[in-house]
Amino acid sequence: MNDVPNFATIFFYILRTGLPATLMLTALGLLIGFVLGLTLALMRVYGGKELGWLASGYEKLLRGIPVLILISIFSFGIPGLFWYLEPLERPLAGCILALGLRSGAYQSQIFRGAILSVNPGQMEAALALGMSRFQAFQHVIFPQALRLSVPSSSNEYAVVIKDSSFAYGVGITEITKSGLDIAGNFIELWALSMGVVAIIYFLFTYPITRIFGERQTKKLKKLGMGGG
Amino acid sequence: MEIKYEPVLRVVDLWKSYEDLEVLKGVSFDLAEREVKVIFGPSGSGKSTLLRCINMLSPPDKGEVYLSGQNLIAPSVNINAIRARIGMVFQHFNLFAHLKAIDNVSLGLRRVKGLPKEEARVKALETLERVKMAKWADHYPAQLSGGQQQRVGIARALAMEPDVILFDEPTSALDPELIGEVLQVMLDIAKAGTTMVVVTHEMGFARAVASEMIFLDSGIILERGTPEHMLTSPKSGRVKFFLKQIDILYGRHEELIKLPDEDENK
Repeated sequence: MNDVPNFATIFFYILRTGLPATLMLTALGLLIGFVLGLTLALMRVYGGKELGWLASGYEKLLRGIPVLILISIFSFGIPGLFWYLEPLERPLAGCILALGLRSGAYQSQIFRGAILSVNPGQMEAALALGMSRFQAFQHVIFPQALRLSVPSSSNEYAVVIKDSSFAYGVGITEITKSGLDIAGNFIELWALSMGVVAIIYFLFTYPITRIFGERQTKKLKKLGMGGG
Repeated sequence: MEIKYEPVLRVVDLWKSYEDLEVLKGVSFDLAEREVKVIFGPSGSGKSTLLRCINMLSPPDKGEVYLSGQNLIAPSVNINAIRARIGMVFQHFNLFAHLKAIDNVSLGLRRVKGLPKEEARVKALETLERVKMAKWADHYPAQLSGGQQQRVGIARALAMEPDVILFDEPTSALDPELIGEVLQVMLDIAKAGTTMVVVTHEMGFARAVASEMIFLDSGIILERGTPEHMLTSPKSGRVKFFLKQIDILYGRHEELIKLPDEDENK
C-alpha cells in the first residue's frame, strides 16, 4: 500500500524535488530582470533618443517571443554559451538567462512607469539643494520609484514563477516536471498530481502578490505617493 | 539703486522665452546682504520664471546672474555647488515624500555638504526648532498640514545656510488659516538677517520686512520702490489696479461690500 502515493506524499515529493529549482529559476530570473529592467528604464527615461530607442527595441523584441522558445534557444540553441559549466548544468543556466532577459523587458516597463510617476517637483527640490542629477536620482527619485514599483513587481514575480514551469521543456526538474514524473509513473494519479502542482503554484503566488501588492498600495497611499 | 558693496545677488538683463512666449524681457536688480526683496505681479508675469532663472533650474536665454560676484552663466561654473548656496522654497512644498521631516532637512546637509550623520541630524533638529517643527521631526510629509510642510520646506532651505533663499509663492497653495504660521516663520528669519527674494502677494509681509518691492508685468519691471511707496502711492495705474484687486480679495475694500446684495433676497 505504501507504494501508491496519496495527496500528502505527492505534495511533499514535489516540494522536495521540484521546488528548489523553481525557486532558483524565479529568484535568479527576477534578479537578472531587475538589473536589466532598471538599466533599460534609465536608458528610456534619461538616456536620450538613441539609448531610449535601443531599450524600447529590446523590450519589443523580447516581449514578442514565447518564453518556451527563449528557453530552448538559450538552453540548446547557442552552442558554447555556457562553456564553463558542466554540460548538465547548461540547460538550467539557459532557463535562468531566458527568464531574466524576458523579465527585464517587462520590469523595464514597471520601473519606467514608476520613475515617471514620481512628481517632477521632487527632482527640482533635490537639484535646488545642490545635488547632482545622479545624486537626486539615487537619494530621491529611485527610493520613491522602488516603493511605487512594488505592487507591479509582485505581479511580475507571479508571472516569472509560473513561466518557470516552461523549464520542464528542457528537462529541468522543477515543480511541473516533478508532477509530470509522478503522473507518468502512476497514470491513475495524473489528475491528482496535476491538481497538487496547481495548488503549489497557487500557494506560492497568491499570498505573496496579495501581501506585497495590497499592503504596499496602502503604505503608498499613507505616504501620499502614486495615484494621488 | 546705489550699491555700497558687492551685492549677494545681481541679476542683469535677464531674458527667457518658452517657445514663442517671451516670459522675461530684460529684468535686472541687485540684492544686498540681509535684504528682503518682494516680487509681485499678475500671474504669467514671469515671477516664478525669474526665480528659476536665478538658480538655473530654467537657464535664461540671455543675461547674467552673479552670486557674490561669481557669474553663474559661465561655462566653467559648477552649478550644483552654486545651488547649494541658493535656497529655494516651493509653492507646492516639494518635500521628499519618502522621508521624515528631519530627513528632508538633513539630506542636503549629508549628501551635499558632506556632514556626518549625527552632526546633520543635530543641525536639522535645530533648524526644525527655528520653524517650530521639531515636535514633528519624525512625521512624513503626508502626515503634516500644508503649513507644517511649508515650514519644513523652509527649514530644508535654511539648514544649508545659503547666501540667499528664493521663495516662490510660499503661501499661495495654503488654506487661509495656515498662511499665518508660515508668514510668521518667514518674518522671523527675515528679521534674523536672512537674505531673501520672495514672490508673494502677502502685502502685510512686504510692508513688514521688504526693503524693496518689484512689480513684474509681462516680463518687465513695471515699477519698483519701497513698500511705503508701492503700497500707498504707486505711479503706475497697473500697480494701483492690481493692489486694489488684492484689497478686494482680502476684504479691505468697499467694493467687496457692494458686490453681494443680500438685502434683496430678504
